[in-house]
Amino acid sequence: MQFFGGSEISPSPPPPTASGNNAHMLYVFNRNGVCLLYREWNRPLKTLNPQQDHKLMFGLLFSLKSLTAKMDPTSTEKGNLGVPQLPGQGCSFHSFRTNTYKLSFMESPSGIKIILVTHPRTGDLRESLKYIYNLYVEYVVKNPLYSPGAPIKLGVSYLILPSISMSEALDNFSRIKWIQISHIAFGLVAPSMMTFYHQ
Amino acid sequence: MAAIYSLYIINKSGGLIFCKDYGSAGKMDTNDSLRLASLWHSMHAISQQLSPVNGCAGIELLQADTFDLHCFQSLTGTKFFVVCEPGTLHMESLLKYIYELYTDYVLKNPFYEMEMPIRCELFDISLSQAVQKDRVALLGR
Repeated sequence: MQFFGGSEISPSPPPPTASGNNAHMLYVFNRNGVCLLYREWNRPLKTLNPQQDHKLMFGLLFSLKSLTAKMDPTSTEKGNLGVPQLPGQGCSFHSFRTNTYKLSFMESPSGIKIILVTHPRTGDLRESLKYIYNLYVEYVVKNPLYSPGAPIKLGVSYLILPSISMSEALDNFSRIKWIQISHIAFGLVAPSMMTFYHQ
Repeated sequence: MAAIYSLYIINKSGGLIFCKDYGSAGKMDTNDSLRLASLWHSMHAISQQLSPVNGCAGIELLQADTFDLHCFQSLTGTKFFVVCEPGTLHMESLLKYIYELYTDYVLKNPFYEMEMPIRCELFDISLSQAVQKDRVALLGR
């Protein structure tokens, strides 16, 4: 598993952590709060329109982060509540659970936030989030046609170009497999990502 | 090191009515505790809005890098939450037990005004007994 700066995606996705097989939503935000990617697989309840939903989600994460940074019982220097902090600064959180869903959260040092909403009894998804981050780096950031900060358009062009230019790095694996993985992770084909993580 | 760092009780409108610290580093002043409590109240409400399915009752467990936060909301909207070491067990039963203590020693106290800060000696005493480590383990049985 390469996390930061690696040029290869880890050969296999993280092992399944629980029996739950329900992924509800996936969000990717950049550090300005722009929703780069939103996928939903199973969301019967929609209370808000998409823009408001994304704003509310980003606001929840932002405020929860300032709450955890202020509440951190192990550090003596915590600063004031609500002061914006750099990614990686202060105590952050990696998941929360309600009776109907579990939200797993990861923030990269560049401020990319990846949020996965799953069934409440799903196990630790931190490795899965890192894996999705690696897919983002490989297939989006390294794509010459992608302009940073723009919402990710899920299309063939993002997939074919990197899979050709990265073919050397990926020569241990069949190209079909890699395209399948990226298809599934970014929801292009498969209806449920969790069939991939939790099969 | 304490397994439980602190305990908060929030009334139904988001005001802090009880706060007890059991040895977290870096003391927070009263204003900060009040702000954190009302912030938690709003986050709890927003998390219900974002639920992908019906019937969400708000955050039960928040896992941060250095602590876990377990929250219990009573039917009347009073929220109890403990901040503890990551992976501490039996916190749900502890919170339910604290809720029992609250109903017994706070709500049944004739001098207690609803939604106001809790100042009840019997509650303090039984609470400090309940959060002792060996007692918490017993609650899990």
